[in-house]
Amino acid sequence: MTLLTIENLSMKIGAVEILHDVSMSVAPGEILGVIGESGSGKSMTAFSVMQLLPDAATCTGAITLASTDILAASESDLCTIRGNDVGMVFQEPMTALNPVKNIGDQVAETIRIHEPGVSKAEALARAREALDRCELPEDRFPLTRYPHEMSGGQRQRVVIAMAIARHPKLLIADEPTTALDVTTQAEILTLLKRLVTEDNMGLMMITHDLAVVSDMADHIVIMKDGEVVEEGPAATLYKDMQHPYTKALFEASSHQPDRNAPLKSPPLLQVKGLIRDYTLPREKLLKAPGKFRAVNDVSFEIRRGESLGLVGESGCGKSTLTRAILGLEAIQDGEIILDGAPLFTEGGVNPMARRKMQVVFQDPYGSFNPRWKVARLITEPFHLLDNPPTGLAFETAVDQALISVGLTPDDKHKYIHEFSGGQRQRIAIARALITRPDLIILDEAVSALDVSVRAQVLDLLAELSEKHGLTYLFISHDLSVVRTITDRVLVMKAGEIVEKGETESVFDTPQHPYTKALIAAAPRLPDDSPADIKETA
Amino acid sequence: MIRTLLQSRNFTLGLILILVFALAALISFVWTPYAIDGVDIPNKLRTPAWPYVLGTDQYGRDVLSMIMVGARVSIAVALVAVGIGMVIGVPLGLAAAAKKGSFWDEVIMRGNDLVFAFPSLVIAILITAIFGASAINAIIAIGIFNIPVFARITRGGALSLWERDYILTARVAGKTPTRISMEHILPNVMNLLIVQGTIQFSLGILAEAGLSFVGLGVQPPMPSWGRMLAESQTLIYSTPTLALFPGLAILFTVLGLNLMGDGLRDIFDPKVRKART
Amino acid sequence: MFRYILKRLQALVISLIIASLVIFAAVEVVPGDPASFMLGINAQEDTIMALREQLGLNVSLWERYFTWVTGMVQGDFGTSYTYRTPVSDMIAERMVISLPLALYALTLSTLIAFPAGIIAATRRGSVADVSVMGVTQLGVAIPNFWFAMLMVVVFAINLGWFSAGGFPGWDAGFFAAMKALTLPAIALALPQASILARVMRSSLLDTLSEDYIRTARAKGLTRRQALWRHALRNALIPVLTIIGLQFAFLLAGGIIIEKVFFLPGLGQLIFQAITQRDLIVVESVVMLLVFAVILVNFAVDLAYGIADPRLRRART
Repeated sequence: MTLLTIENLSMKIGAVEILHDVSMSVAPGEILGVIGESGSGKSMTAFSVMQLLPDAATCTGAITLASTDILAASESDLCTIRGNDVGMVFQEPMTALNPVKNIGDQVAETIRIHEPGVSKAEALARAREALDRCELPEDRFPLTRYPHEMSGGQRQRVVIAMAIARHPKLLIADEPTTALDVTTQAEILTLLKRLVTEDNMGLMMITHDLAVVSDMADHIVIMKDGEVVEEGPAATLYKDMQHPYTKALFEASSHQPDRNAPLKSPPLLQVKGLIRDYTLPREKLLKAPGKFRAVNDVSFEIRRGESLGLVGESGCGKSTLTRAILGLEAIQDGEIILDGAPLFTEGGVNPMARRKMQVVFQDPYGSFNPRWKVARLITEPFHLLDNPPTGLAFETAVDQALISVGLTPDDKHKYIHEFSGGQRQRIAIARALITRPDLIILDEAVSALDVSVRAQVLDLLAELSEKHGLTYLFISHDLSVVRTITDRVLVMKAGEIVEKGETESVFDTPQHPYTKALIAAAPRLPDDSPADIKETA
Repeated sequence: MIRTLLQSRNFTLGLILILVFALAALISFVWTPYAIDGVDIPNKLRTPAWPYVLGTDQYGRDVLSMIMVGARVSIAVALVAVGIGMVIGVPLGLAAAAKKGSFWDEVIMRGNDLVFAFPSLVIAILITAIFGASAINAIIAIGIFNIPVFARITRGGALSLWERDYILTARVAGKTPTRISMEHILPNVMNLLIVQGTIQFSLGILAEAGLSFVGLGVQPPMPSWGRMLAESQTLIYSTPTLALFPGLAILFTVLGLNLMGDGLRDIFDPKVRKART
Repeated sequence: MFRYILKRLQALVISLIIASLVIFAAVEVVPGDPASFMLGINAQEDTIMALREQLGLNVSLWERYFTWVTGMVQGDFGTSYTYRTPVSDMIAERMVISLPLALYALTLSTLIAFPAGIIAATRRGSVADVSVMGVTQLGVAIPNFWFAMLMVVVFAINLGWFSAGGFPGWDAGFFAAMKALTLPAIALALPQASILARVMRSSLLDTLSEDYIRTARAKGLTRRQALWRHALRNALIPVLTIIGLQFAFLLAGGIIIEKVFFLPGLGQLIFQAITQRDLIVVESVVMLLVFAVILVNFAVDLAYGIADPRLRRART
């Protein structure tokens, strides 16, 4: 018996067709993984089930939830169904909760909306139970807590508690862990699995990450451009992939760029005993502000031509470390030496050292001044040079940089909004290359990209490194990417390097408990090698 | 750009209203239907009829001519006051954002709060009590009030821009905060400033009218819309039309500026623009 | 919350000190010798000396400042030069008109703006929304003193429902006094209500597109329930700022409206004082207005703390 059936669902917003002929079903106690890249229509399918679509949306086809025809239901019927029969968990836990109400009231609201007869005290008692089930114990998380006093993972647990407070038959989770760190992600996934088993609830799990659902889903649906392109039981889907898109997606997820191991070479970047203290916001106008040590006694080096990975979860200090290496923030103690020259000198940042490195940031949208054309954007680092090229030399440099990242010279006359996310990251790489630096710092440079685009950009990076003898410092929270592109890796936690070593050996035989936890938490695709499957299990 | 602007009905309508008054103000430099400095008692308090299209006041001066010259004063005072606010407020806002959380940021923002405690009318009262009433007075009073408005909006916009990665890349390229403020921040807060500028312009017109109405602004014999209203007050029983036209002039100018501001905001705000396409 | 209040209180005191310094400097330092300024060019030397004595000008600037401030704290604003009466009495006499007028206008403005803004936001694009937006567009553009004059023409001169001006005093009875303040309060309130309604509308629209509204809807709340239980309180936060700013405008703007209706309020007092160069009165009234604005901002900050738990920072 199925719980939710979607049959030939098509949905339009205005005249634009968003979903076309989508069908899928969820049985009680079953986990359905819905996978797709951005724009595939996976979230819109979820919102169609909830009927929380924009006003201009129209649905055709059929959505049946436990014998209720959702598309024919009146708005007041839908209000009885939402929160009662179907619960929903969203992607962004930081904004999903009302900031001015405490968590007890917000969870209790689910109960009081659907059972008006319940007293406030009783509703709060049951909210307490729901929070307990979501592993938010009373002593640390009383009902009077406000969302801003909790972390992202904790807030997501509150959202889940709200969704399951009435023991719904179906839970829809829309990218519930995308905004979270790997270890938090693993905990939330475990929690969701436990709730599914305990309540015999159906779970529709929407994600862009194949690996996330691979070891939890019973059934998998893959969507592209508003259509279902492949579906099947999770156990067999990986073996019997039919659709070229699924194959491409699968390959891209586990993509390994071709790289040669570097030779033993002298160190290019040396970081010695680095300490970086943050000044906390000034509490009073004339009172000395407090301090927070974000990077504590960090030392490492990168050899020329090497690719070094730096992994850690949000708040571990990796961004602060990056900014210090880039010379953007003063350091409190220690040394940064680039190609033999100290970065920080008496008179501030040493320009000779600074021009030897460049950076590529994560956000393909925020990395460019929207009012500048590409030629001006990518030549901004020329500011570092004493005699920047002009005239023909300038044009040639721009053309070459664009060609080397797979774009055309004509692109230099365009504004940044004319490019896709992947193309923008290519432009960011072109900007980093234009002064021919030795070291490129890649700060989560592929984290915001869809898997297929990510694979292409990783290939480009490998190719460029080979061609120009580039050295990479690759900073990421994503272990699988770090594993594919780096030679050595550093693991950072709470401002300190807790483990360092050859990438393969760190991943295969982690020594530090934190590294072990990180690797265990990282979702992995089922692999051909049986040994690997055992390791993830 | 101009075509996109004119596609906004609000903007176009506002622009037409403003052009009418701006044109009237410009023409008044070379020609007005009647001279406004002379007294013409035989023709006093005429009801609106050709050739005195909008009638005459108690001294027989032509109301239309006075409104034309008054437009000059209103626009000039409000525009200069916006200029003062921008020229001082914008650099302060940029500096505060560039040095976010520093002592100077704190001083600039506290200073802003303090100026907000002095409504422009109060500043005008203070200045008048000491130096006497004049148009300069009105400009200074309104201009001072504009400073924190622009400082605050610039800082707010700049702060969100300083978080962007392209500012970091500019810093990696070795550019100084001042240069980044000029190259990256200022052009990207310009839209905000233009919209706020039209709003402050319209508030300036209202404020100048208010100050002149109570005698703290433009002094005789220079006509101004606010003072025309003040003079018409004693004649309101006998000749209510005298109070009508200067008020309408203020209303339409302010309305025009506000419509332009709304139109600009719609055009600049990506959220609205996305909803349209 | 306690620390939050303390911090705001600290800001309040600092603002007051700086504001008083600015006003003191403007009135007592900029014109040179206040005594000769107040008496004009033709004054006799001994009259000036006498006034200097009376004003206490023969001591250092700092001493004068402290005397002035400590006097004000104790309710002593000095003696008016022109009327030879304590300024505090003169202000008190005028405040019973100006303050009720500002509060009356603020109440009207809020009572009009809230429903208008909420209706416009919830029925976006409807006839109600379009009319609210149209009327408020005019309301924002209309000079309040001109609107006041138009109302005098219509309601006092033509219809005779109200008197065209003047104030019978509170002794004439509450309703008679309030009736005299009604047209002025409406004139003051309407433009402010227009601004407030627009802010309310856009703030509510912003809030309604927040993620937590979607969360609330997913819990089974109707649109209306989501609006009242979740959106309104969040939308109120920017609205509070505007209400605070408006009080300043209402109090100061009242000065202009008082002139239209010949109300013997603070406005009349200050304009007389300016003509008579009675600096002590000017100084005191300005300080009082600024004090009121700063106090209202303090109250708004406290209201913020109540509306938004993030600002309390009890725990971090």
